[in-house]
Amino acid sequence: MIIRTIAMLLLMVLSSASFAQSVFAEYEFDNTGQEKDFKSLTAQLRCLVCQNQNIADSNAPLAQDLRREIHEMLTSGDSRQDVIDFMVDRYGEFVLYKPIMSLKTLALWFGPLLFFAGGVLVLWRLTRKQKAAVAGEPAASQVTSQAIAEARQLLDGSTNNATNNASQHRDS
Amino acid sequence: MRFAIPLIVFAAIATFLYMGLGRDPREVPSPLIGKPAPEFALPVLKQPDQQFSPAQMQGKVWLFNIWATWCAACRVEHPLLVQLARSGEVDIVGLNYKDDSDSARQWLVDLGDPYLMTAVDVDGRVGIDWGFYGAPETFVIDGEGVVRHKHIGPVSPQDLTETILPLVAQLREDLK
Repeated sequence: MIIRTIAMLLLMVLSSASFAQSVFAEYEFDNTGQEKDFKSLTAQLRCLVCQNQNIADSNAPLAQDLRREIHEMLTSGDSRQDVIDFMVDRYGEFVLYKPIMSLKTLALWFGPLLFFAGGVLVLWRLTRKQKAAVAGEPAASQVTSQAIAEARQLLDGSTNNATNNASQHRDS
Repeated sequence: MRFAIPLIVFAAIATFLYMGLGRDPREVPSPLIGKPAPEFALPVLKQPDQQFSPAQMQGKVWLFNIWATWCAACRVEHPLLVQLARSGEVDIVGLNYKDDSDSARQWLVDLGDPYLMTAVDVDGRVGIDWGFYGAPETFVIDGEGVVRHKHIGPVSPQDLTETILPLVAQLREDLK
């Protein structure tokens, strides 16, 4: 049973690996630049049928058609931007895994930076408070001269007890 | 006051997450809305020697329905389209997307043909131009050939009476 499961899993992994290979082997390019563009474009464009996969990974018929379309565009001399415009004109900015910077996507681009700045602010305020507490210590120590004497007395008392205990222990 | 800050942050995040629950992630707004319908010329399913092109519908408000026999949801939607066609309220043009034409013709014989005509998109290129991704899809196109509405998935009677037909009526008013 276990062996069968392992064999199944192996088969799945191997077949998906060979599939990923075939996506690029399927197409021929005039030069390596085109091939590079094809790989990066299909990786950064979303497949709309299975929305959390890109066009390179998806085996959906629409993704296959879009790969064919992108291949044709690139080999007929269209630029990367032409391909991106082609996709956005038809499916909207949703297909871009790397969103365009615009007023609408401002929060998306700079939101994380805002959160980071907020974190830094909190950290800065916390350390400042701590520093102020440390700086305020000498003034506080004047009050405790009496307390120090009391503490010493207590400590001496306890060391006496401890030595007593130890000596008792030795006697028995 | 200090403890209120995390509470406010939590409430804000919770509100946004709750709003997100009610939205359909498959619903991608079409960039085609408000733009001229993408042109094409494709053979007609029942008369392959003739061609259909959206320009032929100029001056009319019409529905453009993308379907295929392999699409289960299209079968769900089909009776409603047949009913709509019988009522004569609006013309429907079909696009048979990446399908076998013989099975498509047989489907129309078996289930009824609600379409004024059906264009045949064998390799799916016209589908791509229309931003098609989830069969079936239905577009509302106005008299000037501009796409006004896109419905993804099977049209329900409610979609028809609450959204599509009122829009068709309004677009016809605008034409006058």
